[in-house]
Formats: sequence, C-alpha cells, structure tokens
Amino acid sequence: MSSLRVRLFATLIGATGALWLIAAAWIYVGARQEVEHVLDTRLQEAARMVASLVASGDMPAKPDAGAPATLPAPGGYERQLSCQIWSLDDRLVARSSGAPDQKLSDRGAGFSERVVNGELWRVYAVEDEAKGIRVLVGDRLGLREKLVADLIKGLLWPAALILPLLGLIIWASVGRGLKPLNRIAHELARRDAEDMSPVDAGAAPSEIRPLTVALNGLFDKVERARRHERDVTAFAAHELRTPLAGLKTQAQIAVAAKEPAIRDRALKQILSAVDRTGRLVSQLLALARLDAEAIRAAPETITLSAAIQDALELSRPAGSARVEVTSDARAATICAPREHLLLMLRNLLENALEHTPPQGVVACRVGSGGTVLDVVDEGPGAPEEELDRLTQRFFRGSAKVATGEGAGLGLAIAAAAADQCGARLVFQNRTDRAGLIARIAFDAGRSAVAARRPEAAA
Amino acid sequence: MRVLVVEDDPVLLDGLRVGLGLAGATCDVVSSCGDAEAALATSAFDAVVLDRMLPDGCGLDVLKRLRAGGDRTPILLLTALDDIIDRIDGLDAGADDYLGKPFDLDELAARIRAIARRGAGRASAILAWRDVTLDPAARTAARGGAPLALSRREFAVLSTLMERRGAIASRAEIEDRLYGWQEEVESNAVEVHVHHLRAKLGREAIETVRGLGYRMGGPA
Repeated sequence: MSSLRVRLFATLIGATGALWLIAAAWIYVGARQEVEHVLDTRLQEAARMVASLVASGDMPAKPDAGAPATLPAPGGYERQLSCQIWSLDDRLVARSSGAPDQKLSDRGAGFSERVVNGELWRVYAVEDEAKGIRVLVGDRLGLREKLVADLIKGLLWPAALILPLLGLIIWASVGRGLKPLNRIAHELARRDAEDMSPVDAGAAPSEIRPLTVALNGLFDKVERARRHERDVTAFAAHELRTPLAGLKTQAQIAVAAKEPAIRDRALKQILSAVDRTGRLVSQLLALARLDAEAIRAAPETITLSAAIQDALELSRPAGSARVEVTSDARAATICAPREHLLLMLRNLLENALEHTPPQGVVACRVGSGGTVLDVVDEGPGAPEEELDRLTQRFFRGSAKVATGEGAGLGLAIAAAAADQCGARLVFQNRTDRAGLIARIAFDAGRSAVAARRPEAAA
Repeated sequence: MRVLVVEDDPVLLDGLRVGLGLAGATCDVVSSCGDAEAALATSAFDAVVLDRMLPDGCGLDVLKRLRAGGDRTPILLLTALDDIIDRIDGLDAGADDYLGKPFDLDELAARIRAIARRGAGRASAILAWRDVTLDPAARTAARGGAPLALSRREFAVLSTLMERRGAIASRAEIEDRLYGWQEEVESNAVEVHVHHLRAKLGREAIETVRGLGYRMGGPA
C-alpha cells in the first residue's frame, strides 16, 4: 500500500476491529462459564428444594402405582427447568409440566448430560434412600447457548454500528495529521529543477523533521556537486579556450608576418600548442571516462615491474631522470583493473619525472606489508598546505606556476584512476631530502600489492 | 605604446608579445599576479592585457587592488570566462574593456589602442600636429597629405611626442616606450631617432628642453 493515509486507516480500523473481536471472544468464554456456573447452581438448588419438599412429607413417600403426579412448574422460568421424581425402582412418581416423560438421567446423584427427544439436557440428581426416591432437575443446554449468544450479539451490534463512524473519524484525523507532509510535498512539487534552497524544517512537526533534514542535506550535496561540475566545466572551457586563443594568435602572426623568421617561429609555436592541446583533450577525456565508469572494470593480477614498464612506454618522453624499482617491488604483483592501474602509474610517473632534476632517480617501492606502493621523486616537493590539493582538478601547485606547463589534471586523473583500482592516493614530502612521495594505499580486500620474492614464488 | 601582457599560457603569451609587437606596441610579458603587480609598481604602461585565471590568483583581484590604489592604467581583461555576467563583473571591477578567448589579434590590437587613447585623454584615433598626421592603427604618417616614410622606432618616438601635445617627454620615458625589458637600449638611440625625425619634419618640429627632454614645437 503506497498511501500512508490508507495504510494508517487500515491499520487502525483493523486493530480496533481485532481488539473488539478478542474482547467479544473473551466475554463469550467468560460469560459461558459464568452462565454454566449460575445455572448449574440453580439446578442443584432446585433439585435439593424438591427433594426436601418430598422429604418433609408433602409428597407421598411411596408413590402409588398410578399415574405420576404433575408438579407445578417453577414460576417465571417456564419451560426452562424440568423436574422429574423417580422411585428408586424406576417408576416416574411426578414431573413438572412440560418435562419430558423419558427419564432425564440414569446416573445416581450429581450432574450428567443426556440427549432426550433430540435435545441435550443437563441434569442434576438427588437421591433420598429413606424415601426411596430420586429427584431429577434438568435444563436444555441449547437454552444456555442462546443466552450467551444473545449477550454477545448485544455486544457486537453496537460495535458494528460504531465501527463505520470510528472509521470516518480515523480517516479525517489521519488526513489532518498528514497535512504537514502534504504541505512539504506540494512545496517540493512546485519547485523547478534549479531550486536547491532548503525546505522549511521549522514548521514541520518533529516526526517529519528527520525527513526534511535529510532532504535539505541531499539538496546541499546535489548543489555542491553541481557547483563543482560547473567549476570544472568553467575550468575546462578556460583550459581549452586559452590554447585555442594561442593557436589563433600564432596563426594570425604567421599569416601577417613578412619576415620568414617570425613566420617560422609562429608555426613552431602552433605545433607545440597543438601538441599541448591534444594532451589536454586526452586528459579531459580520460577524466570523463573515469567519472562515467560506474562499474569497476574486472581486476587482473599484474606484476609491478611489467605495469611500470608499460606505463613508462605510454608516457611522454621525459628528461634524463630514470625510474628505479626496488627488487621486492619488482616482484610484487598488483590485483587491479589493468587500464586504470596503468593510467594511474603513468600519470604519477610523468609527474615524478617532470619534477626530478636531470640524472635524478624516481623510486618505486613497496611498503606496509605489501599494501602500499610509493612513487618517490627528487623534485622540490610541495608546500605542506598544497599537499591535499594536488589531486584537485586544474590545481597547479606553485611549483608549476613558474613553468606554465601542464593543466593541473595529471594527478587528478591519477587519483580518479586509483579510486577505480580500489586504492587511495595521498601525497607527502620526503623527510630525508627534498622530494614528493605519492603513496597509493590499496584496499587490502579488493586489490593488493603482494610483495613476493621470486624465490618464494617459485 | 608600451603594453603589459599578463597571461600564463606560454604559447598565447608569445603570440601576444610578437603579435602586438607587429602592431607597433612594445610588450612586456609576465605570467602571474605577483609579477604583474611588481611590473605595474615599477613601470608605466599605456595599457595592460590581463588574464583572469592566473596560477597564483585571480586577475580580477589584481585589477581591484590597482584601482583601489588609484592606478588609472587602462586595462583590458582577456579571458576564457566570457559569459555576460563575467563581463559585467570584470567591467564593474574597473576594467576598461573585456575580450573573450579566442579572439582576433587585430581586434585586440585595436581595442588596446582605443583604451590607451582614452587613457591618454584623446578621442581621435589620428594624431595631428600642424600638417603632420599619424595613424597608429595603420602605422602610417603623412605630411600635408603626402605619405611620410618612418622607421618603426621613429614612428614610436614621434607618436610618443605627438600624444603629449606640447608636454615634455623625458628621454627615459621615450626609451621606455621604445624598448621592452629584454631589449638592449642603445645609449644615444633617442638622439639618433630625433635627429632623423628633424631631418624629415624640419628642425623646429621637435624642441629639445635642456635637461628635461623633448616636445613637439610650438604652433606655427
């Protein structure tokens, strides 16, 4: 049931009805026992009364063999109680009017039940040895049932009449109670897609407040994501338009220049601008692909040395700095989606090589029980306050400012690719000398750097 | 005309330097907010071309600080952010003009000439002194309607003097307009150019004010 109102209504009506039925059943059982007890006592008392009447001598002690006498019926309860007086040698001495001729019970003293003339009777018998009689007083069980049934009917009829009325009241009250929810729903329905202002939580009752708070939290998150997206788009536009402007300017110079030297220089600038723009476009595409990749690609087990080799082959040619892989790292294997792993390593290595001076060394090593891979360079490092921002898109550290190279996307791509590998990328400065450490912490559950020595693996 | 270009993209920066140079401007180029502020604090420019998104900050903040400090140098914002709201923000922050990337080099040069002209308090694009006219856009000079052949440097010296309309321009000021930071200044270059100009326009065309500099001769 999707409607809260219908659900609440059904629950309340159902619960009320069920409670009523349980109460009726309870009353039925209790009333039945009580009625049985009261009527049994009545039988008992009536039987003793008749027996004592007979004993007091008003009745013939030894009845004649003639027709049995008819006792007067007990007043008021006509035909409810029947009485028979039998001699101990099984002759009907007397019976009340309306009492059946058939013997009500064969038992001696006490209660018994018997079917007489198709009806179930409950009978109490009293024997008087001295007078030689047995007094039987009985009533029909059907009458007892009717009594209890009437009681229950008296209880259920008003309930059946009241229930619809109760239903109306519940329906109206639930509607009233849900009004704040409807108000918020209307407010939300009226909004256009751009409106991310918070829902007024102050007016909402406390039960709805968690919902409004959650909604406002969601709006806030969506708004921030959109702002971030806008920022990134604006940055991308800037980063693409600027090289385009450079290309156009240089092209205009090449067209307008009369001196061959100026023209040649402009054409060379155009070539380098095309290269840089091409690289920027492929970086933006890589980021867009990583962003769009909802399903993680299937991981495979790759040896680190092969991965680094492949990543370096894909990289831009760097200066004379070289990459060194420690022996335990060389034998290590990584379980991660191949394309993403290479993308991450390539961007990290390119960044490290770019910042490492000529003849310097970029080291790849494994640490922390094999779940951490470090790419360590010999560059200038980064100011502490910039370390967290290095993976931000289009962030160019102050070190990059001087060169004017790069769009500030490489490390953002590395971080996004690491995320797809189930790893986290953090940066820290070297403590032993100037340099930056890119630390890839693999999630031990999903991907792992298993540092195995070759002899151990064999 | 001396122009400061603030732009962080190396190819575009080079293009602006060479392109505006071809259009007759002397360009100094920097690629960060810090360098731009330092340059503006130490040298006088006829116009500034300012990028908005710079590696160490926002060009708009540089602009606001300059204007807050009373600097009246004409500034053209050159930026990829060219939504209407960005243009409004830029102009309201004190920019004299706004041009979105990518742009046309000739249009940029024309806009720089325009804001520089306005900054110098002139409305006409043509400089005139007696019967000599100078068209900075076309880079042509004429005397009595007849074309006048001037070298690039001669043209720059003459336009500097004619822009001042009788006010004195010191030798250092003229050198500033002739040479960017990287260029070697020849010690007597200004004297040489003035000498050549006098030869073409007549001795009385340019007056030497001893110890102060040069100015265009008084009205004939």
